[in-house]
Amino acid sequence: MTVAIKFSGVSRHFGIVRAVDGVNLEIAEGEFFALLGPSGSGKTTCLRLIAGFEQPTAGSIAIFGEDATQVPPYRRPVNTVFQDYALFPHLNVRDNIAYGLMVRGDGKSARRAAADEGLELVALDGFGDRKPSELSGGQRQRVALARALVMKPKVLLLDEPLGALDLKLREQMQSELKSLQRRLGIAFVFVTHDQGEALSMADRVAVFNEGQIQQVGSPEDVYDRPQAPFVADFVGASNVLPADIVNAVIGTHAAASLRPEAITLGSGPLGGVVEAQAFLGSATRIEVRCNRQIIKVLIPKGGVVPAIGEVVQMGWAPGALHMMDGAHG
Amino acid sequence: MAKAVRSPLSDALWRRPNLLLLLLITPPLLWLGIVYIGSLFALLVQSFFSIDEFSGLINYEFTLKTYGELLRASNFDILVRTIAMASAVTIGAAIVAFPIAYYAARYARGKWKAVFYLGVMLPLWSSYLVKVYSWKLILAKEGILNWLFETLHLSWVLEAYLSIPGIGGNSLSVSWTGTFLVFLYVWLPFMILPIQASLERVPPSMLEASGDLGAKPGQTLRHVILPLALPGIIAGSIFTFSLTMGDYIIPQIVGTSARMIGQAVYQFQGTAGNIPLAAAFAVVPIVVMGIYLTLAKRAGAFDAL
Repeated sequence: MTVAIKFSGVSRHFGIVRAVDGVNLEIAEGEFFALLGPSGSGKTTCLRLIAGFEQPTAGSIAIFGEDATQVPPYRRPVNTVFQDYALFPHLNVRDNIAYGLMVRGDGKSARRAAADEGLELVALDGFGDRKPSELSGGQRQRVALARALVMKPKVLLLDEPLGALDLKLREQMQSELKSLQRRLGIAFVFVTHDQGEALSMADRVAVFNEGQIQQVGSPEDVYDRPQAPFVADFVGASNVLPADIVNAVIGTHAAASLRPEAITLGSGPLGGVVEAQAFLGSATRIEVRCNRQIIKVLIPKGGVVPAIGEVVQMGWAPGALHMMDGAHG
Repeated sequence: MAKAVRSPLSDALWRRPNLLLLLLITPPLLWLGIVYIGSLFALLVQSFFSIDEFSGLINYEFTLKTYGELLRASNFDILVRTIAMASAVTIGAAIVAFPIAYYAARYARGKWKAVFYLGVMLPLWSSYLVKVYSWKLILAKEGILNWLFETLHLSWVLEAYLSIPGIGGNSLSVSWTGTFLVFLYVWLPFMILPIQASLERVPPSMLEASGDLGAKPGQTLRHVILPLALPGIIAGSIFTFSLTMGDYIIPQIVGTSARMIGQAVYQFQGTAGNIPLAAAFAVVPIVVMGIYLTLAKRAGAFDAL
């Protein structure tokens, strides 16, 4: 496995704000990698550090084994799809896509051919003469994608590229991005705050909180085996059971995570009062209060939904309760 | 709802927003239409009359004779001189204003933004005449600039510069360079503010995207920043160009005795009583601006709007 991007103890501080704080990270060649976290968690700053828009306060960044810490953005073999797309409004779609080739000094015919190829790649054939202002949000996004891809980067950086699209278009673009990545075989580094997006698209996920990486692993790892309460809570809104409850139930004094869909109602070691219900379409989520703790339970469609105020007992299959070794809460 | 105070006027205007628009826009439109466009039209008409050279009376017959007089060497010199000066001032102002506007749009935040606006606008608050006369003092032979050159033992540089024919003279205050400097100073805010406004609308991500795609800072300036600032530069140049072309006070106070269009208009309509020629002179800046804007539009200067 070739390492495409390597962060060694990278920090980026803005005054007293530690946007990125001592991050170690390795992203492999050809991997679909998601940086997941809430806003302000440092994931976008990490992406900007890879692109070269930010300089690390401490630590070093290597791109394909070469130290890139002092390399300006225009000499890095990576390209970015911006959150606001950042298309040049004074250029038409073709010139936007060929911009990188133009500043590199490619001839007119080569540029045109590459731009048309890029348009074809994102299924926008025939849109070359339009201005960005004449395109829809989804189309602009594809142009931004094509503009970055015609540079044949070794790593493509995507900063919340689907954030501004509506749900249907998002889902479509998710699968298109995924298949594009497989076809091109280059690493995609993808910033998102949407855990569903990260889990469904990425080969590996890094979960960020307050400038630090909480966990790196496959989607199954971070979903089923969270190593920190933050990960359990943020990735799929898992229940985080504090040590005293876990101790009372199974006799081990440690925090644990328990997925809402892993809980069955009827009999079990944990009892509580139903406090709220929310109909989600394919399931109903209820919130059960056990002392000071709120436990979320997902009841699939067709299951019996208890009324608010009802007392319920909750159980789960052996192994569903995941102990968090790295828990500090 | 029932207890709400009834206000039939507000309700009526709310139901008919076009009526409100009409009420708001009619007075300024009348002002513009009658007073401004009307007088401009009267001027245009005057320029097609001619003056009887013996009696000095205006001959109210349509003729292009007056425009023909503009081509007489002495008059044509005035046109060339004025357009050259206006072009020089515009180019100079754009060069000086751009870095200032760029700094203000990209880097100045909070307090420094206020300092920028204050610094740019402050000169506009004092009287135009005061500014021009203070520049005369600065540029005079006994003025601070001469003193500065002397103190630095660089008088020979100034002497050498002033001996250049055309732009030099006895001292800066009676040279075309002096006129140029004062024009540059007086109209500079009108160039800075539109450029700053246009740069303010360029999101930082656009410059990052350019660098990300391999453009060195100089290429980003040429291919992204300048095209996007161009509408602002054009807007600014409309100010600096037309204000320079029409001015008759600065060239009278600072500079040589050779006249510019504004002075010619002033003299022909006043002392000489030749209203048609004055009008023909006054039409020239309008035509030049029209041509200039058409060319700018053809060149794609407004594509980024």
